[in-house]
Amino acid sequence: MKQELFVQSRWMDGNGPEADTVISSRVRVARNIEGIPFPYLASDEQTAAVQEQVARTVADSEDHFSQFCYQRIAEMSRQEKQVLVEKHLISPFLSREAHNGAVLLRRDEAVSILINEEDHLRIQAILPGLQLEEAWQEANLYDDLLEQSINYAFDECYGYLTACPTNVGTGLRASVMLHLPALIMTNKINRLLGALSQVGLAVRGLYGEGTEIIGNLVQVSNQITLGLPEEEILRNLYGITRQIIEQEQQARQALLNSSRIRVADRSWRALGLLHYARIMSSQEAMQLLSDVRLGYDLGIITGLDRKLLNELLVIIRPACLQLLAGKVLSVEERNLERPLQIRNKLSRFKEAV
Amino acid sequence: MVCQECGKEEANIFIAKIINGKKMEIHLCERCAREKEEFDITFEPQFTLHNFFGGLLQENVRSSGEQVRAAKIQCPKCALTFAQFCQIGRLGCSSCFAAFGAKLQPLLKRIHGSARHIGKAPRRSQEAILVKRDLERLKEEMQQAVLKEEFEEAAKIRDRIRALEKDLEQGGKRT
Ligand SMILES: [Zn+2]
Ligand SMILES: [Zn+2]
Repeated sequence: MKQELFVQSRWMDGNGPEADTVISSRVRVARNIEGIPFPYLASDEQTAAVQEQVARTVADSEDHFSQFCYQRIAEMSRQEKQVLVEKHLISPFLSREAHNGAVLLRRDEAVSILINEEDHLRIQAILPGLQLEEAWQEANLYDDLLEQSINYAFDECYGYLTACPTNVGTGLRASVMLHLPALIMTNKINRLLGALSQVGLAVRGLYGEGTEIIGNLVQVSNQITLGLPEEEILRNLYGITRQIIEQEQQARQALLNSSRIRVADRSWRALGLLHYARIMSSQEAMQLLSDVRLGYDLGIITGLDRKLLNELLVIIRPACLQLLAGKVLSVEERNLERPLQIRNKLSRFKEAV
Repeated sequence: MVCQECGKEEANIFIAKIINGKKMEIHLCERCAREKEEFDITFEPQFTLHNFFGGLLQENVRSSGEQVRAAKIQCPKCALTFAQFCQIGRLGCSSCFAAFGAKLQPLLKRIHGSARHIGKAPRRSQEAILVKRDLERLKEEMQQAVLKEEFEEAAKIRDRIRALEKDLEQGGKRT
């Protein structure tokens, strides 16, 4: 049972298109039910009614939802919730929603329907690699199913009505999680960040103490949800993503041409640390995994695979570590447990040195 | 400063983050920071839109009397006032959109560059909406035809408009 919580999310497969730069593609739509205040203003009875409506819909179209399991947030342990957050299946916001929050999760973990989050419903699909269109198809399918029996709050002029004005219209937020080590190493990332916000895309990354983005991971998403059809929103993000990929690939080639041995050294050293270190923070692990990933993508390190690298990205995080260890761990204990679990995973692979 | 995560403890850990291409600081208490250890960047951060909405109330109106009146506009369904909306940056229910209508439009335009949805619609609303959109388009075409003195064409379009309008009266079904 415990192991089942692990390593099943489809996005971790690592086998989608452009998987050497795009970790995952995610699409979500926000929907609300007409006649019920948005969750933060709704009474417990009203949010319970939202749950009931969803449950009824699920029961009515059993064939479509047979692969889903329904979990109430209130009935999950802290760790279980946090693991779902770490696997990007529910939002931190929902994990705190103890009253009537719930999640409908498809068995392959590619689709999750969040209930009583900021909006009554958030339908999300997350797939490996660059698959925005496919993720949209998934989310759209379940949106169509739910719409058959749920009366959505919809306005002819404003579109789908949402609690936050930034989601009104299509309610669509599409994003790609990118691994951009070469653009970041060569300091080309800042110009790119500036350019992206000019074209209505939001960029998020995570700064550590210095100015480094942790693990060289950056998420790009659309900001505009109103006034453009879904297809165009997706096409814009797709087009820009392709350009970023192109730039990252050029930067990688340039790195290889100018300092192949340095890049190789960095990747192999990172792998060495992952194999042999005994104390490791998650920040360090993220950076090392990025270095190894780059080595793998450039054909320097062989014998690994992307699924492993994606799994490692998840199991080094706090809740997953604690679940694997089977007990609650302090930060210091986690820093000891982390290298143990990494070694455990890596031991099944034999890199050609 | 209060922790942005729990809203209770004193925040003494600042974390820099890029949001919308800008570096921003997040303030957390020690406990929350430890719990998070790192942020999940997959989901949108739940940061309040203070900066965005802060000036909204003042900006939209000319006189302070008008400002007071605008602040008091209240949604008849959920009782949220426009002033509260400006403060929390969240609408209370679907009726708020009609209640705050004229005040909301400029805000949506500012966020999205448009205040008119042209994407997917629930099937039950779809037919009626499609017919209405066709009508708008046809009316424009008719005007163009008149301007170009193509009166025969204009008459044809007018007939189509009449037929659609009749459909619309009968519940949005296309005949
Ligand atoms: Zn706190
Ligand atoms: Zn309202």
